[in-house]
Amino acid sequence: MKTINLDYTAAAPVDESVLEAMIPYFREHYGNPSSGHALGEKPLEALEEAREKVGRLIGAEIPGKDQIIFTASASEANNLALKGIIAAGKKKGNRIITSTIEHFSILNQLKSLEKEGYDIVRLPVDGYGLVDPDQLEEAITDQTILISIQVANPEIGTIQPIEKLATLAHEKGVPFHTDAAAAAGWIPIDVEKTGVDMLSLAGDQFYGPKGSGALFVRKGIRLRPLIEGGIQEKGLRAGTENVPAIVGLGEAARLAHQSLAERAEKVASFRNQLKEALFKEIPHLHLNGHPDNRLPRNLNVSVEFVEGEALLMRLNMAGIYVSSGSSCTSQALKSSHVLEAIGVPPELAQGSLLLAPGRESREEDIPYITEQLAQVAELLRKMSPLYHQYLKEGKNNANVQ
Amino acid sequence: MPMYSDKVMEHFTNPRNIGEIEDPDGVGEEGNPVCGDMMKFTIKVKDNRIEDVKYFTFGCGAAIAVSSMVSEMAKGKTLEEALQITNKQVAEELGGLPPNKMHCSNLGADALQKAIRDYMEKQGEVKQ
Repeated sequence: MKTINLDYTAAAPVDESVLEAMIPYFREHYGNPSSGHALGEKPLEALEEAREKVGRLIGAEIPGKDQIIFTASASEANNLALKGIIAAGKKKGNRIITSTIEHFSILNQLKSLEKEGYDIVRLPVDGYGLVDPDQLEEAITDQTILISIQVANPEIGTIQPIEKLATLAHEKGVPFHTDAAAAAGWIPIDVEKTGVDMLSLAGDQFYGPKGSGALFVRKGIRLRPLIEGGIQEKGLRAGTENVPAIVGLGEAARLAHQSLAERAEKVASFRNQLKEALFKEIPHLHLNGHPDNRLPRNLNVSVEFVEGEALLMRLNMAGIYVSSGSSCTSQALKSSHVLEAIGVPPELAQGSLLLAPGRESREEDIPYITEQLAQVAELLRKMSPLYHQYLKEGKNNANVQ
Repeated sequence: MPMYSDKVMEHFTNPRNIGEIEDPDGVGEEGNPVCGDMMKFTIKVKDNRIEDVKYFTFGCGAAIAVSSMVSEMAKGKTLEEALQITNKQVAEELGGLPPNKMHCSNLGADALQKAIRDYMEKQGEVKQ
């Protein structure tokens, strides 16, 4: 059976040259970078090379000025950034500002901090998922110790005006962290130009291995480690470095940096053609997120009158792999907080599909994808009480957006 | 994707008795689109037996399989027998449901009972 992956944000194959770069560090260069003898030399060199490569992808001056701390995921980097800066306690106060559409690795930490007495401000977003810089400015008080707002949203792809938001933070002397997990490797990111103080990323989002991530930390920002022990990663993350994964992350960063524009253009072109085909063939389809200002590899639509898990299962039977923001597809049985935040009505959020193409996506598959989704939507609508109610009464959500 | 039993997958793939009975003897609705699952059952009753049963379902794989299974279990049963069908029995007949689907998606028996009670109430009104 033909299989088509439209869920590349969940997982993507490691780039061949990434894998090749990693393999020697399992075998001949297996040494520990902390060793004083010859076995540690090559791995240590590889770590620092990877640091420079990741730095180049985000416009950071490594080595010397700033730091890249390797982690096992962007979630860990987000935890190190938030918990680390708070524990370091350089700036006094108790307010932390974020947005309502951050990743759970930000939101759940802040929920815990709120229970400890921190004053958490979650800025609302507009119908496209954009944070309003004026609202950020108003929310900053002299008690504000940190602002954390993502570069782009993994679910609806909306890209925030990070440079502007970071500038506002700095005008009030507040450090600014950004979660770039969804964006790094897909849109240009420049920590110098935007001025962000900390930035999280994950290698598996741009053809690096799973279990590889990094936190950029600007010089002068003080953190306390989450994991205490040895002095690996400048004492900010104890434990023997996962050298193969770090080498893989570095190579993936180098490749992404080298071909960023070309890669993004190719995937955006596929996405645009898919979007056009779907909206042409399928009635009662709604776009979630911004029409243009979004990540190249992101398309999020709601198929009205039907539920996402049923869509996902039917598409899976046709060899098409997607994900959904419906409550049934989440472990917590809650529909997407992102779709809720941008005002998507609950029944439309239940029918949402995230279509995330990759550079492997082929335009010749678009007719098949379109045909299958159209069929599945029709089949499920025929058994949907909401659709029959609409046919009888003409009541639907067609005008809500 | 949750791990569904073969039976659930079979009913999801080939759901039985989809539709809406015209001029039904009883109608029962359960759930709502906000929580993600909604079912509407219609029944036709003859000689105190469920002669026909149909449904429309908005919901996940489990919700669709549950509706289909309930319709099969109810067909031909007396009203008293059909009222005995529980959500738990439906889940058992389906070879089990994932734990997190037991509550929100397993509403078929409730919707069927509502349809039967709707019929009984209408009968009562007629008799009075």
